[in-house]
Amino acid sequence: MRRIASEDLDHLTLGATLLGTGGGGDPFIAKLMVEQAIEDFGPIDVATLDELDDDALVATVAVLGAPTVIIEKIPSGSEFTDAVRALSSYMGRKIQAIMPVEVGGMNTLIPLAVATELGVPCLDADGMRRAFPQIEMTSFTLAGLSSSPMSLADEKGNKIAFETVSNQMGERLVRGSAMMLGLANAVSLYPMTVAQAKDAAVWGSMRYCSELGGHLRAVQRQEPDAWDRLLAFTGGRIAFEGKIIDLDRRTTTGFARGTVTIEDFADPTRTMRIEIQNELLLAIEDGRPVVTPPDLICMLDHETAEPITTETLAYGQRVRILALPCAPELKRGDWLDVVGPSAFGYDVDYVSLEG
Amino acid sequence: MSYKIGIDVGGTNTDAVIVDSRGEVVAATKSATTPDPFDGIRESLAKVIAQVDKAQVTQAMLGTTHPANAIIQRRDLQRVGVIRLAAPASMGVRPGVAWPKDLLGAIVGPIDIVGGGNEFDGSEIAPLDEEAVRRFAEKCAGQVAAIAVSAPFSPATFDHEERAARIFAEELGPDVAVSMSHRVGALGLLERENATILNASLLGVARNVVEGFHAALLGNGLDVESFITQNDGTLLSAEEAVRFPVLTLGSGPTNSMRGACSLAGLPDALVVDVGGTSADVGILVDGFPRESTAAIEVGGVRTNFRMPDLISIGLGGGSVVHDGTEGVTVGPDSVGYKVVTEALVCGGSTLTLSDVSVRSGRLTGFGDPGLVESIPEETVTAALSWVDEQIRIMADRMKASRHELPLIAVGGGSHLVPDAVPGVTEVVRPNHHAVANAYGAAIAEASGSIDRVFRFGERGREACLEEARSLASEAAIRSGADPNKVRITSVHEVPLSYVPGQACRVQVKAAGPLAS
Repeated sequence: MRRIASEDLDHLTLGATLLGTGGGGDPFIAKLMVEQAIEDFGPIDVATLDELDDDALVATVAVLGAPTVIIEKIPSGSEFTDAVRALSSYMGRKIQAIMPVEVGGMNTLIPLAVATELGVPCLDADGMRRAFPQIEMTSFTLAGLSSSPMSLADEKGNKIAFETVSNQMGERLVRGSAMMLGLANAVSLYPMTVAQAKDAAVWGSMRYCSELGGHLRAVQRQEPDAWDRLLAFTGGRIAFEGKIIDLDRRTTTGFARGTVTIEDFADPTRTMRIEIQNELLLAIEDGRPVVTPPDLICMLDHETAEPITTETLAYGQRVRILALPCAPELKRGDWLDVVGPSAFGYDVDYVSLEG
Repeated sequence: MSYKIGIDVGGTNTDAVIVDSRGEVVAATKSATTPDPFDGIRESLAKVIAQVDKAQVTQAMLGTTHPANAIIQRRDLQRVGVIRLAAPASMGVRPGVAWPKDLLGAIVGPIDIVGGGNEFDGSEIAPLDEEAVRRFAEKCAGQVAAIAVSAPFSPATFDHEERAARIFAEELGPDVAVSMSHRVGALGLLERENATILNASLLGVARNVVEGFHAALLGNGLDVESFITQNDGTLLSAEEAVRFPVLTLGSGPTNSMRGACSLAGLPDALVVDVGGTSADVGILVDGFPRESTAAIEVGGVRTNFRMPDLISIGLGGGSVVHDGTEGVTVGPDSVGYKVVTEALVCGGSTLTLSDVSVRSGRLTGFGDPGLVESIPEETVTAALSWVDEQIRIMADRMKASRHELPLIAVGGGSHLVPDAVPGVTEVVRPNHHAVANAYGAAIAEASGSIDRVFRFGERGREACLEEARSLASEAAIRSGADPNKVRITSVHEVPLSYVPGQACRVQVKAAGPLAS
């Protein structure tokens, strides 16, 4: 077990912002929640998958709603513990550890605050090692696990627990319910044993996130070879460098969609187009897909190497596009249908970053 | 002919200009900022008004670093009670949790989160807990000079904030001022709350600034309307500035850019402002600086103000030129405003960029050129090629596209800017460029803005945008803009993910010249 204190949160938060690939909510608010939770309830224990009993029951917990609502209606904290307790009481079993559903965006840090308040460890594992817009897009789904039973709670004490026949239906039901509960809710789902998690989860994603954040911080401090170390650590590459010359936003089905076009600094005939659905999802260079989901597209400010969220995209920004290979655990079973290009409605084939 | 006065108090200099109704500069002065800034303001005023008929002066505008310095130096700040109307929401992040501890200790008194606030759709999170508000007032009595009130979604629905403010007025009387977050900031509860706390804490400083300015004007026989410039380059009336000092924190760079734009007569251009220590490059779009998207920290506190998007480097007239074994390097150290005594050309002992500039002929009429004749040609060439390269890089970084723009060079060190910069159509050096910031204050307009979530699904996008535009225009007119000349200066739409009904965050700004 590893103890997490406030000073460890900087790298984790930065890594989470990068893994959010432009979406996933503002990890800064989540970081403040964790700092306050540490102050109120003490330090947090993070356990690896092989440090807990195989029979122990684990559940994921996350904030679910709209990022713009969450920056106004900051979570209470109680909705998360309420959601976990509601799930526990529905199942009639004690939940012995908490796990993030996505390590990317604000849901990376929220489970840490919940774990210390509940007095249970947080598992160093998750179901995405990035952020995705829908709750069924996980390695858990790919491993055949159900997101049900699941629970949803608000800050006022309203809570529901329910089961669905598919994880896709779980997504629809939970999203619809959240609209009635104020769009800044806690969800607890994917209850599983540690033995199941060993098979289905992405291992070590918190540590990966924290180390990634450390490498990015080194880049920001302009330490020598920092970019090389970041790329070696992730197996990623710099896919493009240029200036945003066009930005087209639209909301269609509740997801903020859009297209951003970047022009190469040196060669104006080279452009990259990135398709957005909350996150940066698909990169197309000169008509050819070059980064496809589930691989990650990260956009950084060219000068400061600060990750840029899709909400703050602006015409004229100078950016660097980083392509990172997804967690290997996302490539099993029918992964192309669940997290590949077609899951987002893109009629393109998956392109491996390894070439 | 009527006149306006513009004054800008910066860290180094206090500048003043008088501008006539055609926008021409009729008097200008630049002097060192004094330990009590009002001494400098009075002197500058006396100098410029000596050159015109006082009776024709109608308005006076001040841009000042007073409030920013108060926060940076933790000086003259008032103690503030902080109440958030949001329970049971938001308990996960208490007010002030991410503040620097010394600033928190210096200004924040009692803190509470009580029942109240609204949801994104305008319904209540909880009814306002008036009893709790009254209990908070009791805790604050005799402890604080002001109270900061915030609530979720108050930029759209501010009834709870107003009711709480009325309760504080009843319980504590007029001596305890109340700052309401919906009047201070945009969406983002924590950042808006932070700005509101800073605002409440600065109310004393604001009163001193406004009263001091008024006294300086009266002392010079000027009984005129006075205004303070705010971050976006538009004006707050003296009355508003007393209540919203936090909105004036970052007006310096904006005034300089707006002044440069107007002096050069170019609404779309790059601007480089070269001072004694550093150079800032920004870009003007339609006469206003492009704003930064990054979160702005004030004294270590995160706010959601918009500030001009600027790139700064250590390049100024006072930058020290090092000629050592590793070749010629420049800065980042600088003799700053002491360039007038420290530079070789002024009889000092430090080789600065001003010396190099004089030696090369870029700068004339400064010091004794004979004193820099001994600087080797290679040193001059190396230092200036570094300067030229830095300015080229900054100009290129700031541009939004390959489209070439003019570059307006302003500030005391702008002689360093070469006449030709790659990627720039021309380098424009307007008259009076050394007082561009005071000029920017003098020509500033009144403005109004709105930042709210609209649901296009209910009434259609156009109807929502129309409402937003007219709300912004009305706000500008309330701030003193001429109703016939108000125009929309920016519209920003950000669709909200996961919110039904095509919800969209709409930010609109309107501005117009002051009604005369």
